[in-house]
Parts: sequence; structure tokens; C-alpha cells
Amino acid sequence: MSVGHSLELDALFGDYPLDQAFDEMRASNGDLRQHYRALAETLATLPADELQRRKQSADLAFLTQGITFTVYGREEGTERIFPYDLLPRLVTAAEWDRIERGLTQRITALNLFLRDVYSDGKILNDRVVPRELVYSCKHYRRQMRGLQVPRNVYIAVVGSDLLRLSNGEFVVLEDNLRVPSGVSYMLTNRRVMKRTFPLLFQSYGVKPIEHYPQVLLATLRSLAPEGRPEPNIVLLTPGVFNSAYFEHTYLARQMGVDLVEGRDLVTHDNIVYMRTTDGLKRVDVIYRRVDDDFSDPLVFRPDSALGCPGLFNAYRAGNVTVANAFGTGLADDKAVYAYVPRMIRYYLNEDPILSNVETFLLSEEKDRQHVLANLDKLVVKAVGESGGYGMLIGPQSSTRQREEFARQIEVNPRNYIAQPTLDFSRAPCLIGDRLEPRHVDLRPYILFGDKINIVPGGLTRVALEKGSLVVNSSQGGGSKDTWVLE
Amino acid sequence: MLSRVADSLYWMSRYLERAENTARQLDVTMSLMLDAGGTNEETRWQRMVASLGRPANLVWDGSFESMARKLIFDSLNPASVTFCINAARENARQVREEISTEQWQRLNRLFHQMHSPHAQAQFSSNISDVLASVIDGIHLFQGVGASTMIHGQGWQFIRLGRYLERAYATATLLEVYQPELFVTHEREHTGYQYLELVGLLRCCTAFEAYCQVYTADLTPDRIIEFLLLNRDFPHALRYCVDCIRIAIESIQGSGRRRSSEELAAGIGRLHAMLGYTSIGEILSGDPATFLHTIREQCLRIHELTYRHYVHYSIQSALAV
Repeated sequence: MSVGHSLELDALFGDYPLDQAFDEMRASNGDLRQHYRALAETLATLPADELQRRKQSADLAFLTQGITFTVYGREEGTERIFPYDLLPRLVTAAEWDRIERGLTQRITALNLFLRDVYSDGKILNDRVVPRELVYSCKHYRRQMRGLQVPRNVYIAVVGSDLLRLSNGEFVVLEDNLRVPSGVSYMLTNRRVMKRTFPLLFQSYGVKPIEHYPQVLLATLRSLAPEGRPEPNIVLLTPGVFNSAYFEHTYLARQMGVDLVEGRDLVTHDNIVYMRTTDGLKRVDVIYRRVDDDFSDPLVFRPDSALGCPGLFNAYRAGNVTVANAFGTGLADDKAVYAYVPRMIRYYLNEDPILSNVETFLLSEEKDRQHVLANLDKLVVKAVGESGGYGMLIGPQSSTRQREEFARQIEVNPRNYIAQPTLDFSRAPCLIGDRLEPRHVDLRPYILFGDKINIVPGGLTRVALEKGSLVVNSSQGGGSKDTWVLE
Repeated sequence: MLSRVADSLYWMSRYLERAENTARQLDVTMSLMLDAGGTNEETRWQRMVASLGRPANLVWDGSFESMARKLIFDSLNPASVTFCINAARENARQVREEISTEQWQRLNRLFHQMHSPHAQAQFSSNISDVLASVIDGIHLFQGVGASTMIHGQGWQFIRLGRYLERAYATATLLEVYQPELFVTHEREHTGYQYLELVGLLRCCTAFEAYCQVYTADLTPDRIIEFLLLNRDFPHALRYCVDCIRIAIESIQGSGRRRSSEELAAGIGRLHAMLGYTSIGEILSGDPATFLHTIREQCLRIHELTYRHYVHYSIQSALAV
């Protein structure tokens, strides 16, 4: 029996593996980390079936609230209850402080980068970021050149994915600057967890997050076009068949704004209106949950029925604000990601507080040779994808898969980057009636309006399958509530 | 509210009313057929189809059971009960945020019921049972809606859809039946004629209510008077028109912009047609034309509502 453990806890832990991956709850010698003691005690002192009973109660809460997600690639493609784990993931106040400062710095630099590239391009002239990289990015939008955006804010809503390395350090794996999702799960997880472990929650003193919708609303309002004191803010959704539709309805309801689809909108004289039973109502701010490509058939994909023709012209005329701006995918391209530390130094004259993960750019000869020689040890990702798709996880791949990826790399090297396989941190999860560790990441949500706001914590995503490194919800990952301690 | 949302709520409601009407007419037609005398199966089927507004693709194939199965379960046939319930649910799904969770769950349950093997088994043993559970399911939905949904503008569109559909269907039914009702003017009827009259009332769930008002003495003129002019019975045409008027007035009054005069005139005219006449006047005139006019007015009200609240042109909306 290790220090600080009771018999009950040992029984719960069972054969809990501890290796070089950082375990959120336990040090490498098995000791409980200080801030996890209270949680461990609670788990140890709960009567045998109490934990299961609480799990069932939480399951029911999720079910009745209809918190669902559509998983592509499975047979039904229907709604199912979003998988979650009962045990909260804890972050200390000191750890959070660093994350908050680091992300604030990072998002400021990314925003400046977007503004720069879509106007004078100084960073390109100074050869800090290669021109070809930017202009060959499929998410670069020429139409955004020279376009003024309110407060010069391009990225109003950002979700950055953090991993914790073996040394305990948080690093940024990627930024999501287009249409980041998951915040509704963060909010509903919290609601359910407060009911599941009320005493524990109270005793810990957890920083609140429930104000996210209010902060989001204030952020959107702060970006409204000038001269519109009571801006009409809407959430533009692709509709019921979108996998994140639940989140769209949830946020619209929490903010008290209308949920609209492209077909509800019309533009006239470069002003966007929505069609209501009380006539046409002018729209001032659109919180866009539709990708660039589908937003305006006159400017982007002409075959899209999800957008509004003329929207971009209204945007260019400054008559409507769209958050996030178009063309932000340039800065969350995985190849451009490699340059973010350089952007921080260039625009802010500071060292990055949060580091990047080591990244090989396959468009560079030297990197490419190294990667092709070590495919079985690396993770290769397509630069413009999200959701964990278009990815090769070297150590878990077959020879056939690696050969296929090698072929794709040769054909289009610009489209790929590679990173070392990271044994990122694990947190204890309730699997059956035991605690077992599973890999987790952390996605805080950053809101950028008249100032930068980061709600404490974010979504902790967990790879629920044993040994899996894929946390994305669209591929069967789950989530945990994140408690940032006071 | 968004025009698209009003449109979906309206049609959700209309399709459910249509499903209920179809189920009920089929049930009555079936039970009339049990008492063979006089009319043969095909004739009865044709008359029912006429009462349903002559939907296409219901060509008599010789077997009542096979026709009934089609009319209940064929989701490709727009006249079928299943098609209507599917359409209602699709509409509800698009505006799930506007209706209560209970409403959605009820409708969803009804949908799954229609598609379950159990429904097919029920059909094989007793067609009436299937039809009864459809009607029950729709009543449950309406009841749950009435108590769990906010009675705002969305609710008024639901009411408008229901009563417009019902008014139109009742006028259609009467237009089809009324020539036959006056074939014989005697007050004594043969047993079969009595059954036909009861059948007509039951198509509108009106038999017991009629008896409360007039006693069990069924005469064609009183039946038509009841189904047309009674202001208290929910399936009577006048009652429907009253509800339509209340819904429209509520919708017209709830916005900030000018209401539609044409629409107000349209419902006013329809209301007057039924509110200031007597059965004697109607019957001494041309009842067929009277009923036809009512149907036309209903269609026009639909058109005017859509023109003003849903499909208005941008130019007209911005000119205000």
C-alpha cells in the first residue's frame, strides 16, 4: 500500500498502470498529487454501489437533456448521448494562470498575423513566415485582402487544444480558429457534475464557467458595426443535420438570440435581413457556425444552399459583422502552426509562454526525408483537416497504411505535417467499477471582443478506448468536466 | 418569429389534422361496410376518397383491405396516414426548439408506432385498433401541446393550421354527402339510411353531441345545421371558422407592422357567411355552391396568410 492510500482506494485503482506518461492524479511512485487527495478520499469512502448509482443518475440527466452528438461513419449516423466520464479533471490555479497568460499571448499574435497577412503582409516581406506557405493554404481567402473588420478582431471564438507532456508542461497541440465546437458539452458536463458530486465540488472551490454564454454574447455585441446600439445578433447554423446542431440550439437559447439558417436570410442593398412574420429584420452580427465554403454561394462554393447570397458583400460594406471572420483557417493550418512561436516574437517581442509541439513540415526537404524514414514512430496529419480525420498514427499503423500515406506525402507534401507521437497525460476514469487511466487533452475556449476572455478550464476530452490517442468526439472520444481550482 | 418557423408549425398542425380526419373517415367507412346492404365496397371507397378531397393514386384494386393498408401505411402516398405523420414530424424536427419536449416526444412516439411491426400486426387482427391508436396519439399530442407550449404566435399558427384544415375537410365532406342526404324527404328512414346518417356524424365525432342538441332523431337538415352552424361543437364548421378568426386576429395584432387588410376581409367574409345565416336559407339556396365557396375561402385565407407573413417579397416588405 502506497503513501496516502486506503485499502478501498487500492481496490478501486486495482492494476492502475503508471509509466512515463504524466498521470493527472498520481505521481510516478503512485502517490496522490496534493490537489487530487480530496477527490480520492471521496471515491474511497463512497459505499460500494454508490458510485454506480451516481453514474446512472448522471446518465439519466444527460439523456433527459437530450445532449447528443452525431457520429459520422457509424451505421446509423443518428444522435447518441455524448460519452463522458464521471470523474472531474483538476487543474490548479497556478497551472491555469500560466495557461491563461500563454493563450492570451498566442491568440493576440494569431489575430495580428491574420490582420497582417490580409493587409500589408509585413511578416511575409520580412520572411518570417514563407509566402508560399500562406498562399498555398486552401483556407486563405483572397476576398479578405484589404477588408476592414470591426476592432480588427478576426478570431472572436477560439478553441485551442493543449496537451500535457511527461514533464508536466502544457503545450499547444493546435488552434481551432474557424468553427470550434464543444462548449455546450463543457457547460452541460458542469451542470451534471455539480449534481453528482455536490459536496466535493463545494469543498474544492471551483472557478465558475456558467457565464460563458453571457461572455460570448458580450463579445459578439462588442463587435457589432458602428451606429448599431441595439445590434440584432443571430447564430447561423447549417441546420438539423449538422453534427453539432444541439450545441447551436443550446447556445442560441442561452444567449437569447435567434437561431437562423441560410434560407432565413436575405440581403438587399448590402444589408442582411432575416425573414420574420413581422417583416424583414436587419441582422447586425452573425455568429457563424457554417464553414467559409458554404457561407455565400456568390463568393465561395456556388452549390451551397446553407449560406446567404450577398452575405460577403454586406460584410465587406461593413453592414454586418461575421464572427469568426472568413479566412481564419489560414492560421489554424497545421503547417502555419509551426510558425506561431515566431509570430509571437515578431508581433509581441516576447517569448512564447506556451510552447508548440515539435513539428516537421513535409514541404521542407530535410523534414520530409526524416519523416518518411520514421513513419512508424510519428503522427502525420493533413494540414487542413479537423476532427481527427486524415491522420496516421505511426506506432498503431499497418505497413499498408504507412505506404499509402507515404504515397500521398510524395504527391502533395504541402498538405502534411508530422509530429512525434506524444505520450500525453492520462487521467483516471471510471471504467466499469474500477479506475483506469485514459489519455486526455484540454480545450479552453478563448473569446476575443473588446478584450480577451478565457473561461476557466474548458473541455477535457478523453480517449475512452484503452490505449487510444484519439480524443475527438466525432470519432468516439468522450469528455470530462474540468475543475480549475481557486 | 422566423417565417420558416411559422410555416413549419402551421404545416405540422395541418398534417396531423389531416391524418386524424383520414383515419376517422376510414374507420367509419369500414364499419358501414359491415352492414352490407345497398352500396357495394367500391362505391363506398369512392365516396370516402371524394370526401378526402379526391387524392390521386388511390385507385380501387378490388380489395378493401389492401386499399386500407395503402391508405394507412404507404409512406409514398401523400394521402396516407403515415405520410401525414412523417411530414408532421419532419416539420416538428426543424423547429424542435419552438415546441415543448413533451410535444416532440409524443409526436416522435406516434411516428415510431406507425413504423413498428406492431402496427402491422394490429392491422392484421383489427384495423380499427390501428386507427384508434392513431387518433389517440394525435389527441395526446394536441393535449400535451395545449398545456406545455407557450400560447404565443407559434401556438396561433398551430391553431390556424388545425382549424383551416378541419374547416376545409368538413366542407369537403358535406359537399360530397349533401346530394344523397336529400334523396328522400321522409322523416322515417330505412335502417340503412339511418346508418348512413350516423356515419356522417361519426366522421366528425359528432353523433353524441348531435343527440344532446337534437335528440336521436336524425334528419338531414338538422345534421347539416349541426355540422355547419353549431358554434359550440369543435368539429362544426362555424366553430372552426371562429377559431380561425381568433388565431388570425392574434397573429395580425402581435407584430409591429401594418396587418393585412385583405386577410382581415377574407376571414371576415367567411365568418359572416356562417355567422349570419340559417339552415333554411342555405338549403333553399344552393348548398353545393355554398359549401364550395367556403372551401375556396379557406384556400384564400391560407394564401393571404402566406403572402403576408411568410412569402412576402423583399420589395413589399422594405417599402413599408
